[in-house]
Amino acid sequence: MIPATFDYVKPQSPDEAVRTLASAGDDAKVIAGGQSLMPLLRLRLAYPELLVDLGGLYELRGVHDQGDSVLIGSLTTLYQLTRDHLIGQHCGLLAQTAGMIADPAVRHRATIGGALSHADPAGDLPAVALVLDATLIVLGHHGEREIPAADFFVDYLTPALESDEIVIGVRVPKLGPGWGYRYEKFQATRQAWAIVGVAAVARRANGQVAEARIGLTNMGTTPLRASAAEQAVAGAAADRGALRQAAEHAADGTSPPSDLNARPDYRQQLVRVLTGRALAHAAGV
Amino acid sequence: MSTDTQVQAAAEVGRARVRKEDTRLVTGQTNWTDNIQLPGMLHMAFARSPHAHARITRVDLSAARSMPGVVAAYSGADFAEEQGSLPCAWPVTEDTVVPNHPPMATDEVRYVGEAVACVVARNRYEAADAAAAIDVDYEPLPAVLDMRAALDDGSPKVHEAGNKSFEWSLVNGDLDAAFRDAPVVIERNYRQQRLIPTAMEPRAVVCAPSGDEFTVWSATQIPHIVRTMLALVTGISEQELRVIAPDVGGGFGSKLQVTAEEVLTLLAARKLHKPVKWTESRSEGNLAVHHGRDQWQRIRIAAERDGKLRGLSADLLADMGAYLMLVTPGVPLLGAFMFNGIYKMDAYSFRCTGVFTTKMPTDAYRGAGRPEATFAIERIMDELAAELDMDPLELRQRNWITHDEFPYTTVAGLTYDTGNYEAATARALEMFGYDELRKEQERRRASGDPVQLGIGISTYTEMCGLAPSRLLGQLRYAAGGWEHASVRMLATGKVEVVTGASAHGQGHETAWSQIVADALGVPFEDVRILHGDTLVSPKGMDTYGSRSLAVGGVAVRGACDKVVEKAKVIASAMLEAPPEEIEFSGGTFRARGGSGASTTIQDIAFAAFHAHDLPDGVEPSLDADATFDPENFSYPHGTHLCAIEVDTETGQVTIRSYVAVDDAGVVVNPLILEGQVHGGIAQGIGQALFEEAVYDDEGNLLTTTMADYLVPSAADLPSLSTDYTQTPATSNPLGVKGIGEAGTIASTPAVINGIVDALRPMGIRDITMPCTPQRVWRAIQAARGGDTGGSAADNGGDAR
Repeated sequence: MIPATFDYVKPQSPDEAVRTLASAGDDAKVIAGGQSLMPLLRLRLAYPELLVDLGGLYELRGVHDQGDSVLIGSLTTLYQLTRDHLIGQHCGLLAQTAGMIADPAVRHRATIGGALSHADPAGDLPAVALVLDATLIVLGHHGEREIPAADFFVDYLTPALESDEIVIGVRVPKLGPGWGYRYEKFQATRQAWAIVGVAAVARRANGQVAEARIGLTNMGTTPLRASAAEQAVAGAAADRGALRQAAEHAADGTSPPSDLNARPDYRQQLVRVLTGRALAHAAGV
Repeated sequence: MSTDTQVQAAAEVGRARVRKEDTRLVTGQTNWTDNIQLPGMLHMAFARSPHAHARITRVDLSAARSMPGVVAAYSGADFAEEQGSLPCAWPVTEDTVVPNHPPMATDEVRYVGEAVACVVARNRYEAADAAAAIDVDYEPLPAVLDMRAALDDGSPKVHEAGNKSFEWSLVNGDLDAAFRDAPVVIERNYRQQRLIPTAMEPRAVVCAPSGDEFTVWSATQIPHIVRTMLALVTGISEQELRVIAPDVGGGFGSKLQVTAEEVLTLLAARKLHKPVKWTESRSEGNLAVHHGRDQWQRIRIAAERDGKLRGLSADLLADMGAYLMLVTPGVPLLGAFMFNGIYKMDAYSFRCTGVFTTKMPTDAYRGAGRPEATFAIERIMDELAAELDMDPLELRQRNWITHDEFPYTTVAGLTYDTGNYEAATARALEMFGYDELRKEQERRRASGDPVQLGIGISTYTEMCGLAPSRLLGQLRYAAGGWEHASVRMLATGKVEVVTGASAHGQGHETAWSQIVADALGVPFEDVRILHGDTLVSPKGMDTYGSRSLAVGGVAVRGACDKVVEKAKVIASAMLEAPPEEIEFSGGTFRARGGSGASTTIQDIAFAAFHAHDLPDGVEPSLDADATFDPENFSYPHGTHLCAIEVDTETGQVTIRSYVAVDDAGVVVNPLILEGQVHGGIAQGIGQALFEEAVYDDEGNLLTTTMADYLVPSAADLPSLSTDYTQTPATSNPLGVKGIGEAGTIASTPAVINGIVDALRPMGIRDITMPCTPQRVWRAIQAARGGDTGGSAADNGGDAR
């Protein structure tokens, strides 16, 4: 990799990291695993003057049980998400999705905090964070604050972070009994970004889908909730026909991007099909 | 091994030896060109054209020259006197238009990525920063991107001489008679998309001057050809150039080239009297490594109602890109003799027009001409079978050359020495479960299953083992097709083998050692193979066209035989028996009858070394050279079958099973054969499903990274079931055939045939490659009469 010249610091504490960011202003960029930033540096699409490496903040790694929720340190790697017992038991959707991202070498480096902070609508974890009702815990030089995932993804590659703020943790409510989940990812190749992705969690009761949340990857400038399909599926019979019918609304109101892999109408078609499949799986049909 | 019992199991040949070279290659304990560090070495970086076609009006190097660490900066004008023109060694007709091709553009650029200036700096980072500071003004000229439109009278010109480079044709038999009154005639247009070779190791060059001499390390397939060509291009005397290909990480034809960067690195080293290194980035390589394929094919076939073929014609447009590189015009012609495939027919015509466009030049890419031909014939055989309502395998059986008809001279004029298509097909069918899959296909069709099943067939052959020199001369290629080898027994009984075939991943060191171990009766471990350095291996024609074993391996065997002959004379003296009474087996010379005295080849090597008591007229040292120039190509063949699932709701194609039975003649090392087949199939599947170099309407390459140019990984591929039959070639004494390209040649049409077979009831007859999910879905929508956003017939272009 031959990036443009930059300075580099590796803070030893979260406080030092945010102090460094506060004094550097807009010319600094945070790096954790480098999954997204390294390609941008290599292509010289990003040329920060200062790289603040969070890799030394070991206290931000790991998963903690907090009763109704689990708290995931922001430097927890995707690999850890796929293997962690608490994650597997209470937010299996995170484990399933993390295991579908990139390749093993990348998953050992990429972090959940980085994946969410990058706010890439083509990233898989943002849509998952939406449907899991996750909350991001953020530290800045004014202190800590909490941002619901629903408010975190402001625009394309734009999170609701101030330039001196970093994500230090992600709190994810445990999925209770009766809930199922599924991430459907549609890719050109297994290491490629999702052309589209659909994250679904559904609660089944009395032969019906009582409620469901559906998140869409790469269908707009931010990860989206498929609200029309969520409404349509609430109370629907737990059978394939009914779920497919509800999934017909999955692309309502979206204006997905166009690229070499897919034009918008094809993305919408994919999302309708994959939502039907994700709901069926989540509802155990 | 499933058929043929004539092949005698030898001690080493036929063993699945783990490759000698792999430990150092997979652990990185080796020298790739980019690892080379020389004292005082400088680093070069290029500024490249952002325009598909433009006049250069000004090159300002002043900002770049003032950047930290910059030693020099050059534009094309600085090299104009000495850079010559990059060579085309294969002007295929007398009047082929071969445009001047300066390594660095001087006044006009003709593709995005063409080098226009460079900097040389103390390190690679400074070089990259300074290259970005080079300021070039351009006056845009019209781009020429579509090879079909390029031939229109009103088209803007790529070169002054126009956009047509050549037209080449071959006609055998009475084509008019074959098509006139033919009960069935089918015509199809097929597209061979443009591909990017994507070798794992990017190109790299290091040039070190020493007095008037230069050593050039290059990640190349062809150190010998590079040496000769660099001498011709730059005027440096050939004997003052040494070219070394260290371990090279793949080529696929992309390093069968004499590149602008090799010339310019050498010239910069000469100007500065310092070692200079250049290593490309992946994106730079996607832009400026020659591309592959890129043809339009119009194929017509005439047949009887019973399926018997009457004749075939192939009319091609081949996109040359902006210039003719080393073998650019020859690549489509390597298919000229192969569109008839394994089938008998009475008449044949082939015509190819080479067209200039303002894109990266095309050139050899794994298979080079033969995948294009095999695709066309194997696809249209399926179309003909559908038209005749006949099983596609049965149609093939009715037309193929049977095993008792070899040697067989085809309608295209080649003589296939041997083959057994029946045996390979029978084995493939046994492994595949053809009848059960046909039944499942029927069930899915009847139930309207959203996932449809198709069966893909490809019964291919190809011509490889390039090539008889005489024939290359007739085709106007500038060089020969022979290969050279030296075999030296050292004083200690160990063996050094020098081969002119320059390995870049093929496993020469292992396979050659096996051949030598058998021929000399020495342990496999005692053989060392030297290659890839023109000082060590002064003669050679290098590695491409699946030629190494079938030409270079045969030369090695020839040199071994000469060593044994010489050793026998010495043994005769040592054992005091006439030479005709000396037997040689397993490394031991034994006098027949009489005393039964014996000696080993190692003892003879030592005797030849000290030379104390050699017979009269015998020179010291036990070694020999041999050169092999084949009389004919080698013709591997095989039958590939695949079961393909198509999800009609998403367009997703899944290869459920893939069976390949190949016949490469005598197999020296089954592991290497299997590796070549696996990699080849993967690459052919890449063309079928994933890969395409896409230029936009202005001639910008859109697929400059591996996120955009999609190469399948192991995770995208099915588990392959492979086997082989062994029908020995008779065109060389080892009985071997090349296998490096066969998988790529066979697999692309197998996969597309499977996709089309799955969707044929909908009325779909073709889908343009690569068959990405979106293209397949749009084809299905079009067939159903839905809104497609693009026609099914030509759904290429702006989106995959």
